[in-house]
Amino acid sequence: MAQIFHRSTNTFSRITIYGAVFVLGFLTWAFATLDRSGYETRQSEPREQPVPFSHAHHVADCGIDCRYCHTSVETSNTANIPPTKTCMNCHSELYRTSPTLEPVRASYRTGESISWTRVHDLPDFVYFNHSIHVNKGVGCESCHGRVDKMPLMWQENSLQMEWCLDCHRHPEQHVRPREAVFTMGYQPKEDQETLGRRLVQEYKIQDVRALTSCSTCHR
Amino acid sequence: MSAPKKLDLPAVRALLEKAHGRDYWRSLEDLAETDAFQDLMHREFPRYASEWEDGEGRRNFIKLMGASLALAGLSACTRQPTEYINPYVRQPEELVPGRPLFFATAMPLGASSTGLLVESHEGRPTKIEGNPDHPSLGACDVYAQASVLGLYDPDRSQALAEEGEIRSWSAFLETIRQAVEAQKAKQGAGLRILTETVTSPTMADQIKGMLAAFPAARWHQWEPAMAHSAAAGARLALGQPVNTIYDLRGADVIVSLDADFLASGPGSLRYARQFASRRRVRDSQTGMNRLYVVEPMPTPTGTKADHRLPLRAADVEQFAWSLAAAVGADTGGRKGIPNAAFDKWIGAIARDLQRHRGASLVIAGEQQSPAVHALAHSMNALLGNVGKTVVYTESVEANPVDQVASIYDLVKDMDAGAVDLLLILGGNPVYDAPVELGFRDRLKKATLRVHLSLHEDETSELCHWHLPMTHYLETWSDCRAHDGTVTIMQPLIAPLYAGKSVHEVLTMLTEQPERPGYDIVKSYWSRQHTGADFEAWWRKVVHDGIMPDTALPAKTVALRQGWAASLPQPASRQGLEIIFRPDPAVFDGRFANNGWLQEFPRPITQITWDNAAFMSPATAHEKGVVTSDLVELEYRGYKMRAPVSIQPGHADGCVTVHLGYGRTRAGHVGTRIGFNAYGMRTSNALWQDFGLKATKVGSGYLLVSIQDYHALDTRRHIIEKAAIEEYRRNPNVIQESAEAPPRELTLYPGFPYDKYAWGMAIDLTACTGCGACVVACQAENNIAVVGKQEVHHGRHMHWLRVDSYYHGDIENPEIYNQPVPCMQCENAPCELVCPVQATNHSSEGLNDMIYNRCVGTRYCSNNCPYKVRRFNFFLYSDWNTPSLKLQRNPDVTVRSRGVMEKCTYCVQRINRAKIDAEKEDRKVRDGEIQTACQATCPAEAIIFGNINDPNSRVARMKAEKTNYGLLADLNTRPRTTYLAALRNPNPEIEA
Amino acid sequence: MADERPLIDEELQPEPVIAPGYTFGTVTDQIASVVLTRRTPVFWMACFSAGFALLLLLLWSVALLFAKGVGIWGIKIPVGWGFAITNFVWWIGIGHAGTLISAILLLLNQQWRNSINRFAEAMTLFAVACAGMFPLLHMGRPWLFYWMFPYPNTMGVQPQFRSPLVWDVFAVSTYATVSFLFWFVGLMPDLATLRDRATNRWARGVYGMLAMGWRNSVRHWHHYETASLLLAGLATPLVLSVHTVVSFDFTIAIVPGWHSTFFPPYFVAGAIYSGFAMVLVLAIPLRAVYGLEGLITEKHLDNSAKVMLATGLIVGYSYMLETFTAWYSGNVYESAALWNRMTGPYAGAYWFLITCNVVAPQFLWFKRVRGKPILLFLASLVVLVGMWLERFVIIVTSLAQDYLPSSWRIFTPTRWDWATYLGTIGLFLFLFFLFIRLLPMISIFEVRTLLPQAKIEEEGQA
Repeated sequence: MAQIFHRSTNTFSRITIYGAVFVLGFLTWAFATLDRSGYETRQSEPREQPVPFSHAHHVADCGIDCRYCHTSVETSNTANIPPTKTCMNCHSELYRTSPTLEPVRASYRTGESISWTRVHDLPDFVYFNHSIHVNKGVGCESCHGRVDKMPLMWQENSLQMEWCLDCHRHPEQHVRPREAVFTMGYQPKEDQETLGRRLVQEYKIQDVRALTSCSTCHR
Repeated sequence: MSAPKKLDLPAVRALLEKAHGRDYWRSLEDLAETDAFQDLMHREFPRYASEWEDGEGRRNFIKLMGASLALAGLSACTRQPTEYINPYVRQPEELVPGRPLFFATAMPLGASSTGLLVESHEGRPTKIEGNPDHPSLGACDVYAQASVLGLYDPDRSQALAEEGEIRSWSAFLETIRQAVEAQKAKQGAGLRILTETVTSPTMADQIKGMLAAFPAARWHQWEPAMAHSAAAGARLALGQPVNTIYDLRGADVIVSLDADFLASGPGSLRYARQFASRRRVRDSQTGMNRLYVVEPMPTPTGTKADHRLPLRAADVEQFAWSLAAAVGADTGGRKGIPNAAFDKWIGAIARDLQRHRGASLVIAGEQQSPAVHALAHSMNALLGNVGKTVVYTESVEANPVDQVASIYDLVKDMDAGAVDLLLILGGNPVYDAPVELGFRDRLKKATLRVHLSLHEDETSELCHWHLPMTHYLETWSDCRAHDGTVTIMQPLIAPLYAGKSVHEVLTMLTEQPERPGYDIVKSYWSRQHTGADFEAWWRKVVHDGIMPDTALPAKTVALRQGWAASLPQPASRQGLEIIFRPDPAVFDGRFANNGWLQEFPRPITQITWDNAAFMSPATAHEKGVVTSDLVELEYRGYKMRAPVSIQPGHADGCVTVHLGYGRTRAGHVGTRIGFNAYGMRTSNALWQDFGLKATKVGSGYLLVSIQDYHALDTRRHIIEKAAIEEYRRNPNVIQESAEAPPRELTLYPGFPYDKYAWGMAIDLTACTGCGACVVACQAENNIAVVGKQEVHHGRHMHWLRVDSYYHGDIENPEIYNQPVPCMQCENAPCELVCPVQATNHSSEGLNDMIYNRCVGTRYCSNNCPYKVRRFNFFLYSDWNTPSLKLQRNPDVTVRSRGVMEKCTYCVQRINRAKIDAEKEDRKVRDGEIQTACQATCPAEAIIFGNINDPNSRVARMKAEKTNYGLLADLNTRPRTTYLAALRNPNPEIEA
Repeated sequence: MADERPLIDEELQPEPVIAPGYTFGTVTDQIASVVLTRRTPVFWMACFSAGFALLLLLLWSVALLFAKGVGIWGIKIPVGWGFAITNFVWWIGIGHAGTLISAILLLLNQQWRNSINRFAEAMTLFAVACAGMFPLLHMGRPWLFYWMFPYPNTMGVQPQFRSPLVWDVFAVSTYATVSFLFWFVGLMPDLATLRDRATNRWARGVYGMLAMGWRNSVRHWHHYETASLLLAGLATPLVLSVHTVVSFDFTIAIVPGWHSTFFPPYFVAGAIYSGFAMVLVLAIPLRAVYGLEGLITEKHLDNSAKVMLATGLIVGYSYMLETFTAWYSGNVYESAALWNRMTGPYAGAYWFLITCNVVAPQFLWFKRVRGKPILLFLASLVVLVGMWLERFVIIVTSLAQDYLPSSWRIFTPTRWDWATYLGTIGLFLFLFFLFIRLLPMISIFEVRTLLPQAKIEEEGQA
């Protein structure tokens, strides 16, 4: 009786069998990577804004403190996107005619608020509180990156849960002196480990069990 | 199902005799084991429980499919859609985004008001809290708690309408001006104003001013659920209408003549707290007041009674006569009709009262006859309670009139065609006016009819003009508390719809038609204010939510001699007695469209979404009906079909029906549910009368009560109770009967709670079961409303429920209320069975529930012995209606379909307080965190706090000897514990 | 093995397992023809289309389920688990017979198994497939099922390994995998046979591919023997472990009526019980229709019946023990739960299941009954119903009335509960009859070893 398959099919079938294992492995890997990819997290993707507001300019060049605009960062869960009034404090004098600022002036005239594109967007079931982080010595930079180098704002970190936990599980590796919270490009003067441990003591940062309790962030 | 066997009373009794020891039971069906009940219980596979909102059209179905698939896709790959932030243009001074602000105001209801502090998130009022400085002492009732939903009710009328056509305010102004001009000539002879009870000084002033301009005009008042006969009673006994205020702090012995003073009526919030303060038993203090209650239908007050006697409403009067006579009050030598039921009590109670002269109190029920009120007055006078436990003041009403007469006159005038312009400011007379007046038809005889109301209701339908009214949270106004204290009501939000307040409508009749409400109220008070610097005073008054020393001064009154002589003997007492009472949830019907209140399980009866004809087991037996049968009630020729609900502890020979149902134009929620008891309510028998006939006409009505079903095994550790005497003799009596495994009885190391350990203690002796906590929880935690069908399927979402258990004889059982939130077990059965760690133990001992992690296996609920977990079987939360989104608490996740949810001690509040404390580098202070249920509780029965701190209130309570854990024998180590229910029975009666 | 076989022969095979008169050729012909040459009988058509119809019902109800939510079922608080989990346990139980027959009986050298193991294993696979659906379907958010698996996720959270549901995931998936491998390895020689006998190119191609180049060489047979023994070794503990783990779902919980230590053996026994019932329910009609009485003989039915009787007795014993412990423990809640079962709302279901599972099998004591296929068939059906009810009663009655009477409620199934249940039966029939039609339902080469000729040859070799 004639052979149905050519000898070569043996090799072929072997390959398929062993190959399957690798394929599965690859799929898992692909899924994990995609899940962390910039596409998924929108990480480091400069976002269009109605007004091309440059943190680089305002922070680095003008040297404006974060809190001048983000007023409630030390007192409230939100850092507060500044009202148009805040912009106009300066821009009623500076660049009064600049066309790029027209939306701002328009908003001030009409009372229609400027609709900024949200850059850092946590899921609605996450209750992040700026004030407590700032007060416990977590720098703006730690989460938002070198804002002073961002012409258009982008999201520096993944903002994924594992990223949050990274710090909640090892705060000592990330905390900095309170006075340095708003500095950009801060470098610890001593070894971060020892400094961190001391600050955790000093600032009475909760123990890891409390920091990693679910209700700390989810309600 | 087979025709249900009649509830066999002898059998039930026999059953009870057999039951040894402390036998609690849940419901009569369960005791009597009627066929209906057996059938219910013995149906392995009852007819298909039709699923939720079945009418799925194909298109709708496809849509749903799409949605769910999209959902699946979304969750697999969580890239979020772009969101936008719209900051303020000019940010208000005091506002810090993300931090709520609290504003003081008050909710007027009838002749009283509740002082409130309203939580506002970026200008959205989201939650009602009580104002501690107000006479209501910072407590809230269900109405206040639910009123915030009323504000955002999508069914509120959103535009003016003339004959159904949408109009502008200016158009209305034109019409009204013409009408008013026309009246000028005839001194306003054709002008009538119909309002509800008015306590607002400003409004009263406006109306008076207008009456001055139009001397011939008339001002009528009608509100269906007012204490109509109290004034009459006062005139009878004291010769003048008075406002009676009680002070229970000084009362050792209290007799309630059908008065539910702990849970309804003016001042009830204050009374509940005062009452509890004299009842709270601690190791240090074992003194306890004693409460006697005679009433037809069990009320929260009744459940707290040390001796409760079910009597027909008419017999309550007879009881009062006998008691008064026994006490020695002036009754013109008259005694009550002898009655075996209470004669044996009279002596004992009278002696008890006399033993406590000046420290006793007799309270007459709002709905009781003038005679009862008069008798209460004379007894209190005789017992020297006046000035001590009873205080008389002028009425808080701006114009206390006999409202029955008032509306009667109005109807007469309308009938005579004397009414050219009728302004109905609030209220819904077409629905709730006495039936024999035929208000509906005679209203049509008024030439121009204008109705101002929140909803386009039954009355609006028959008026030419319907004006949308502003909700009290949108309004500048003022109102008085039960003791007369004035509160300036300030708006929390600009009117959502084109509404105007009563003041703004009234001013349209004057020369300044466009005056804003703020000016009207403020200018009135600027005229009243005598002291210097009005502005500062005004700011303070508005800020504090009370106007200092505006409480009405006590006035001395003398008892009229021989007042009793004038009274007629009781009329015929044939047939059943019909008893009208306001519904515990929708009140007189004004809250019918409030989903929270509709779904709120009524105290004791536990019924939701319905009213019923309540009757005693014996009466039901006699009529051959069981619960959920339909009876036809016939009274004075008026007929009405109502579902029966057999209520243990209800008086025999009478039927209680609740007002406020059977609305025909309430809105999507409240229309056409229940039956309209106003259809049988006549002006000369507003609250009770004889001559009712009840005949069975059907069965199988779907009457949904959230708990019935089965008898409770006597050996289960659910309610621990004792008489105060037992407790005094042996303070450990509770601990001995309750059993909890010792903590060291385990191989596992204990879980350390080094910083905080949150816990709760609930005092069953204080709890009245009013249920305010249930609604407060619903408001705070974005809990969804599921509707009658789903409640029937056992899918109601309340995180906190108030169980009620009966104990003893069915004619007159003791009733126990038990609020059951999540126990936050230290050995939580729910935690270890969740496959995805969606419920975990926090470092402070909470059972965290993480909604976004839950995949919905429901294993945790199966394994929860307290069954406090709730599951979103469908998409219950309303994700579409915009106005409802505004109400949501931004600090609590809005749960989606397929997710388990439960109480977490308001963890959002805990975290807020903790973060604030951390920032100030201190620990959270005791009392700094109040859970929603605790904050609203009138009796202060719920205490929450840190049990690691031995001085915290909760820790001290848990140290009490009456402290026990629910089902503690399971070694779940509940963090929520209870203080046993203690009673103070009169040995004379016990013997 | 050769040296010990005579012993076994005397003990186990007083008369040969298969009817006399068969030769290697005839065996092969008869079995292969079902797949290759013979016309599809009406019986097959009927069963297959019935299965298919029910399968469509399943699809519809599942679509509705995903669209609207688990609320379309009768479940509620407190009865969070209803039909779904009942069906899950039931199907898993049925899935036991196959592996038991193929693995354990293989190790015990019970040769009579050879003519029923093939379709028993197939049945196992399909039953497990049906069972596997339910844990997924009963979730509130089924699209997140993958959170049940430990995988490198961005949340830094893993499943909770204390939860029996997670154990289930592993137990069931392992069981499914091993059973499949076992079944497939066993198929290979026959696939080769089919390949060689098939006339249609496509058939040859497909069978050829599946046969993986099986050429009956001694080397192949050597490998085969080792592989099947190894897999048998692997599968054997699984037979016991799977239902043990499933029973943990209940024993771990504190629900009265669930929380007991003897559930594992009790469940395993029950599983084998229902498994063999299903084997008979399938075997009896098949042998009649395809005239396989010679291969699946009275002997097979008789043995299976005996196994049922034995396991049935164990199950009965468990019921007694359950009641006894409830009483003996003196625990309020336990005894109340049992009392509720017997007298409460579900008393009917309880006593019916007792009748089905304890009373009915007693007839199997009589050879006359065991000898009557039709009676056996009915008995097996009764047992299947009984075992389903057992799971229903355990799950629902315990939940409906547990600790606080205030939250007691009665479970009432909706039409969708039934639809989903019947639907999976449809899926099962659909798959099974597909198998009957496309693959040899009896292991050709293994049956051949039962032939006297085979023995002679072997002895010759020995």
